[in-house]
Amino acid sequence: MRTKQMQFVFLTLLVSSSLMFAGTVTGKVTYTGTPVKPKTIDMSKEPTCAKQHATPVTTESVVTGPNNALENVVVYISSGAPDDGQVPAQAVTFDQKGCQYIPHVLVMHTDQELKIVNNDQTSHNIHPLAKINQEWNKSQPPGTPPIVTKYDKPEFISVKCNIHPWMHGEFAVLKTNHYDISKGGGDFKLPNLPPGKYTITAWQEDYGTQTADVSITGNESKEVNFTFKAKAY
Amino acid sequence: MKSSKLMRCIGAIFSTAVLGAACAACLLASAFAQDVPDVGPKPPVVVKPMESHIGNLTGHAAEGKSDYRRYCAGCHGDYGDANGENAPWLEPKPRDFTMATFKCRSTLTGTLPTDEDLFNTLKRGIVNSNMPPWNTFSNQQRADLVAYIKIFSPRWDKEKAGTPIKVPEETPITIESIAHGKELFTKLECWKCHGPHGEGDGPSASTLTDSKDNPIRPYNFALGKDDSRFKCGVTNQDVYKIFMTGVDGTPMPSFADVIQPNDAWDLVHFLRTLQVHRHSKENDVLMAAHGVIPPYVDKNPPAAAPAPADKAPGGGQ
Repeated sequence: MRTKQMQFVFLTLLVSSSLMFAGTVTGKVTYTGTPVKPKTIDMSKEPTCAKQHATPVTTESVVTGPNNALENVVVYISSGAPDDGQVPAQAVTFDQKGCQYIPHVLVMHTDQELKIVNNDQTSHNIHPLAKINQEWNKSQPPGTPPIVTKYDKPEFISVKCNIHPWMHGEFAVLKTNHYDISKGGGDFKLPNLPPGKYTITAWQEDYGTQTADVSITGNESKEVNFTFKAKAY
Repeated sequence: MKSSKLMRCIGAIFSTAVLGAACAACLLASAFAQDVPDVGPKPPVVVKPMESHIGNLTGHAAEGKSDYRRYCAGCHGDYGDANGENAPWLEPKPRDFTMATFKCRSTLTGTLPTDEDLFNTLKRGIVNSNMPPWNTFSNQQRADLVAYIKIFSPRWDKEKAGTPIKVPEETPITIESIAHGKELFTKLECWKCHGPHGEGDGPSASTLTDSKDNPIRPYNFALGKDDSRFKCGVTNQDVYKIFMTGVDGTPMPSFADVIQPNDAWDLVHFLRTLQVHRHSKENDVLMAAHGVIPPYVDKNPPAAAPAPADKAPGGGQ
């Protein structure tokens, strides 16, 4: 009787300990050098979009913040954390509004539902230039239902609209749920990491990838920073 | 005393030198360790036992090899990667078979074409490009070549060809049908690339690029006379398939999700009238209407929102 109770207690401890010891990796993504200046987009060919923007829109391929912070960088665990196979049930949404993609970089898990909506008064064609997954190209006139799809292989995919050549976005299809996108100060956070050795990858659409190895014991917090060398063009 | 000092000094110098040399060797080794490329000639192409099936014809990749190397590799490359020696001078660029993305399909966008689709492309050639019609080949030669180009992409090992889309029976060619087609051409913004008169001069035309960022031109409907062809065929059925399935690898998207089958025939009929110098039944119908397309009148407007039950005729006690 007593041993059984002990066993139970031990088991609960064991199960909860794996939840309790959850490490966190935080850090900043920055750049050195001089990044290319965002270019102003001329939307005058599409008046219904141009009038939605009080100030002219600029290109988003490199978005910087104060103190050399680099935004829109996808930071994720690329090895070490076995993929739990849990595909989030909630769909991710890629919006076309004001002839821009919102968000500019959209992260999704493999096989996660991807919903593409057109909130503009003009037709768009959605042309994700996949190379590992299937490349397709679909028209989406205003008022038509969302395009619902998914990608089954991990890949970074550039998305363009051929009708509006300034429209450019990125899909990051990952086989992990441990990811973040660097925010205003270049900050990212990867919480809930069980103890182990990990490789963390940071991906920027123009600057490519960088990796760092980190090992987590217990519920410690580690800091990992990434610095990209800015390209002048 | 002195000599021992000297010896120590020499020893120190010597060991530093050895250390330095070792370090240099180390650096050199690490420099070489970085992705040593596989130098020398490229390995031979491995011909996988691919087959193609067109009707009761069966093509074999091994049989297609010599024809491919003689007639196709000049543009499409020995490795099917569109890097043939003529490729830099071609516009639009040859197909890259390693991507397994094909323009002319009867299947939905993003899917592999059927063997018959590829066979027909070989036979037909692609208008406004450097791909000639290979009609000097026998059917068996073409079937073997279809099998051969499948060795270049692993997609052909894993995936099946898409299911051909259903093309319903063509609706009658009337001025109303043409009028509705015109309405669709405007509403779906085909003119943004193809131009208001289908002359390939729409506002987005000059900025178009293919999937490899090479410039590409939209189709000009007004060019040519009775010999004018589309990229993927000449019949009304072919035109139907082109815009419903899209021309993969180019800016031309698929409209399968947004055009109803009967509406699609109306668009086909209108597109024919943009071929102003080509004799067609559509142009005859337009001539009979004195060359004027009337404004489109929707005979079946979308049903108004149902009135509340208490106000419905005969409703409420």
